[in-house]
Amino acid sequence: MLRISLDKLDELFSAISEKQTLYIPADRSDGAAEFQKWCDGMKLSKNLNTVRSAKDFFFPQTENLVDFKLSGKNIEIKDIRSEAEDFVVFGVRACDARSFTILDKVFLSDPVDTYYQNRRMHGTVVTMACTRPSETCFCTAFGIDPTAPEGDAACFSDDKFLYIKANNDKGEAFVSSVSSLFEDGDTAKLDEVQAKTKEILNKLPLAGLSTDSFGGDKLNELFGSDKWAELSESCIGCGTCTFVCPTCQCYDIKDFNTGREIKRFRCWDSCMYSDFTKMAHGNPRLTQLERFRQRFMHKLVYFPANNDGEFGCVGCGRCLSKCPISMNIVKVMKALEVK
Amino acid sequence: MQEAIINRAKQLLADGTVNRVIGWKKGEFAYDITPAVFETAAEIDADFVYDEFTAANVSKYLIKESKKDGRILAFLKPCDTYSFNQLIKEHRIVRENVYIVGIPCDGKLDAEKIRQNGITGIRTVSNNNGILKIDTIYGEETMNFDEAVSERCSVCKSKKHVVYDELIGDDGEIADSGRFDMVEKLENMTAQERYDFWREQLSKCIRCNACRNVCPACTCEKCVFDNDNSGVANKAAADSFEENMFHIIRAFHVAGRCTDCGECSRVCPQNIPLHLLNRKFIKDINSLYGEYQAGADTDSRAPLTDYKESDCEPSVVHERGTE
Repeated sequence: MLRISLDKLDELFSAISEKQTLYIPADRSDGAAEFQKWCDGMKLSKNLNTVRSAKDFFFPQTENLVDFKLSGKNIEIKDIRSEAEDFVVFGVRACDARSFTILDKVFLSDPVDTYYQNRRMHGTVVTMACTRPSETCFCTAFGIDPTAPEGDAACFSDDKFLYIKANNDKGEAFVSSVSSLFEDGDTAKLDEVQAKTKEILNKLPLAGLSTDSFGGDKLNELFGSDKWAELSESCIGCGTCTFVCPTCQCYDIKDFNTGREIKRFRCWDSCMYSDFTKMAHGNPRLTQLERFRQRFMHKLVYFPANNDGEFGCVGCGRCLSKCPISMNIVKVMKALEVK
Repeated sequence: MQEAIINRAKQLLADGTVNRVIGWKKGEFAYDITPAVFETAAEIDADFVYDEFTAANVSKYLIKESKKDGRILAFLKPCDTYSFNQLIKEHRIVRENVYIVGIPCDGKLDAEKIRQNGITGIRTVSNNNGILKIDTIYGEETMNFDEAVSERCSVCKSKKHVVYDELIGDDGEIADSGRFDMVEKLENMTAQERYDFWREQLSKCIRCNACRNVCPACTCEKCVFDNDNSGVANKAAADSFEENMFHIIRAFHVAGRCTDCGECSRVCPQNIPLHLLNRKFIKDINSLYGEYQAGADTDSRAPLTDYKESDCEPSVVHERGTE
């Protein structure tokens, strides 16, 4: 397998960034990791994952869709899309990589969201296999193998080398663009690391989490459950879970009058908010219980119902560590599970 | 301590003093504890927890809970009692519908600090005389309690309960904690350094509103930022300075009412030290209008809603702005 010494990561990043803009997870001054544009000297984070997911690259928190300018009786409509630049996102974890499959089902099905599609076309996703999963990890419940991540190309590491392999044509092109830095080498040590990681995965506290009680056909029994009241009771109605979630894809579109022109922008929205899906009569979900239930029903029932059984969660665990009141999808699944 | 609290909760439920209890419910790991209302002794026995991770301030929940039928028992840590008092002062809580048991607090841990120390896979944490024994999926680790304690607890302002119906344990004292040290450090920076500091911090904001929604001083029925008719409602930043404005406006709005409970910084998913904005206001109020601690009592007039001839002149603020 193609491999490069971990000491030479700087050279690799430098080579990639000569051709395309490169983003890697790097530590901020507060110790948390965030995808950042690589520049000389920036080190790959040792944190398991970033606070914000990698969905930002394809579905940014805010984007201008179109500008309108009024002159007399004419309205000039300006398509202000400018992104035509190829970019590489390096170090995406298996959970986030799977989130793109989920987002693709939403944004690339008819009618195709050309803003999202444009970014997907220009972006190359290079994943990184996990070796040190956290107690909050449960990606395996959704059929994800963090030791063999998806993505256009996948990287693996032992204590000395970074290994790379392409998963598709785009990945092939990427690997061949940097292959001069790699050498062919045996994977004995890597195989050992992978086996050890698999052992850890089996022993994770959430390893036994089951999705059997959920799915597109479980609408009636789950919607009417009397557990929602207790589960949602302390929810403070913030958007932390939705905003750190790699698969939450709801957005709002609004017009902003700058005084000179109208900017039509879209931004992430949260089903936890009081003005979510607000219509003439208000928010159809009057209480936090209904808003809370919506989020989990969407991920565990409505999404699989409309997408061949695929759940709208990848088990990244961000909501487990970030929810202000520590209520999350795992607690919901365990409470609603039919034993 | 947990045992004493659980026993008292069950007694007060059994003798009819209260019909429910607000406290903390244990989670999957050591640290993921959820505020919860318990209605029976069995529920309490099964899930009630009080330990180094029961950090959430339950005072704000009492706005809603105190308007329900019957009386609710609330266990309040010293700093929570300041929030409770402030809400009483603002007529947000029906006092007679809440029975308060003050409980001692030796500081709460911040799981994030443990992780930043390189310890991952946290399962359980036990405290042995200031040394934490942390059981992880990668083996056992140790860490000093003082290094893992949350920022707000490391500069605890008071171990005294300012309101209670009864106490478990002895009451503590108001502490001289050095909680304004970092504010002073910021004040001593040049304007550019200070600007850069806040730009770096506030640019991390993802506008999840966790700080606002958890804040016991943020109790407007409809926040101006959620109100379409306000003209400033937005879920997105119109420009790169927008998030800064959100936090600065919020800090102004809670000035003189913020008790410095520190919930804003505890819940921020991006580790923004939001409490520093509030502490700056508290420090200024102290120096311009005399020492004042929001929530210390329920009947005094707050400096910013009161007028005294000795109040500082607006020019003082103007002069400070040109420093």
